[in-house]
Amino acid sequence: MLDVRDIHVAYGQVKTLYGVSLSVQPGEILCLLGRNGAGKTTTLKSIMGLLPVSEGQITLDGTELTGMQPHLIPREGVGYIPQGRRLFPELTVAENIEVGLMTRKQGADTREWVLDLFPRLRERLGQQAGTLSGGEQQMLATARALCLRPKVLLLDEPTEGLQPSMIEQIRQVILKMKSEGFAIVLVEQRLDAILAIADRAVIIENGKNVDTMDAAALKSDPGKLRQYLGV
Amino acid sequence: MDFGPHLMLASLEGAVISAILVLTAMGLSIVFGVMRVVNVAHGEFYMLGAVLTWFITSIVGGHPAIGFVAAIVVAPLLVGCLAAGADRLILKRVNYDPDRTIVATIGMLYIIQQTTLMTFGPEARPVEAPFNTRLSLPWFEWGENGFAMIWPWGLSTTSYKLFVIAAAAMVLVALWLVLTRTKVGLLMRATQQDSETAQAFGVPVGKVYSWVFGLGAGLAALGAVLVVPIQQAHYLMGHDPLLLAFIVVIIGGLGSLPGTVIAAILIGMSDGIISVFFSPTLAKIIATFLVAMVLVFRPQGLLGKIAR
Repeated sequence: MLDVRDIHVAYGQVKTLYGVSLSVQPGEILCLLGRNGAGKTTTLKSIMGLLPVSEGQITLDGTELTGMQPHLIPREGVGYIPQGRRLFPELTVAENIEVGLMTRKQGADTREWVLDLFPRLRERLGQQAGTLSGGEQQMLATARALCLRPKVLLLDEPTEGLQPSMIEQIRQVILKMKSEGFAIVLVEQRLDAILAIADRAVIIENGKNVDTMDAAALKSDPGKLRQYLGV
Repeated sequence: MDFGPHLMLASLEGAVISAILVLTAMGLSIVFGVMRVVNVAHGEFYMLGAVLTWFITSIVGGHPAIGFVAAIVVAPLLVGCLAAGADRLILKRVNYDPDRTIVATIGMLYIIQQTTLMTFGPEARPVEAPFNTRLSLPWFEWGENGFAMIWPWGLSTTSYKLFVIAAAAMVLVALWLVLTRTKVGLLMRATQQDSETAQAFGVPVGKVYSWVFGLGAGLAALGAVLVVPIQQAHYLMGHDPLLLAFIVVIIGGLGSLPGTVIAAILIGMSDGIISVFFSPTLAKIIATFLVAMVLVFRPQGLLGKIAR
């Protein structure tokens, strides 16, 4: 479904990715692992077209995303949950959802579906997004991305700074999306949160991917993790 | 004239100044709020609106109202399109970099000003108001016969000045409805809050910027169309509105639309009242002094937020 082939990316003069490849299929959770600054967030941003890809190719269902105007990429069906949530803080919950719905011209049924997934948001529709609690903000960021009815969901550290009960809720939603056939790319620091739900993991080091392994292999061989991540 | 009626007259003048000022300052504020561009050429879009109004009314014959209606539709639209084009052609090329956009808009200021001079000449051009009935205003006084309504000599305004105040209020309400109730407004506000994330949700940020820049210039031009029947159109008339609009936007809080409205009314009214009782120069001195005080004691402006 989503194929990233050997992409090279630079922030201005500073090159940050030197050839990252990954591919994810419908109903699969792919994890990006790596130390801080290894290039995980950069990889997701590059898929969204927010950073210029100088070499390599990104395709979604055979459609070339590389070089496409950034605002057209989400319309192909890529839902993005950025690091730090990046809600529109002064817009209400309802308006944040509306922005998500407008991306792929989804209607009231999608809105209902999303609000049924997160009943807490339904109670807070008129509230400014910036005044929500951390967990509610993460729910809203997830809901906003799901409003696209995306083919691929990119999640950047969705459990960062959340309490355990909230982490569990987010994890349940990710599993549900997997069972509904979404392709999911997940960046996560908390290995315990990942190992339980990931199908495969791509390990990125210094802007290159150095290894791809099944989650089962990852679990049975913790030495590898120690080697790559220092944990 | 007694003090009471005199004050009322001065307040009416102030209200007219406020009405024009609120439109120009709003244009400047929206552009800064959404695009983070300090538009130094804003006053020239105002000037262009005024000169185009003169041009349009002079080529459209018949009753002055026909030309005026044509101008109020065509001039802001034309100026808006020109500004949107300038955004595509110039501001987009410098990547909306804060320093370079200031230099770029200074360049636009001179290009627009000198082109207008070369095209339309240096003369000040009067425009006839579409209607201009003198209206005497009553004053209420507690006299020897009890409460009475009197008609003091000299206390009057014109129907056109009242129209300017009403028109500005209507434009403000319309603008507020567009920003809060429509999809276009939602796209603008989302872009204002976080342009990168907006892009990740399919918002064509480049297009939104062009629209916003056009809208800001169009508002300035609209203010100018309303003002030319009171004040003549001239190729150098853009300086004062630019300065006042900046004063208003700084006092109100950069990018805060309610703050802009409040500050525009404050500055406009004080300008009107102080000009009538003392002198226009003192009015400008006080406005500038207010800016200094705001910058010292409340740098984010009356309703501005501290940058996160």
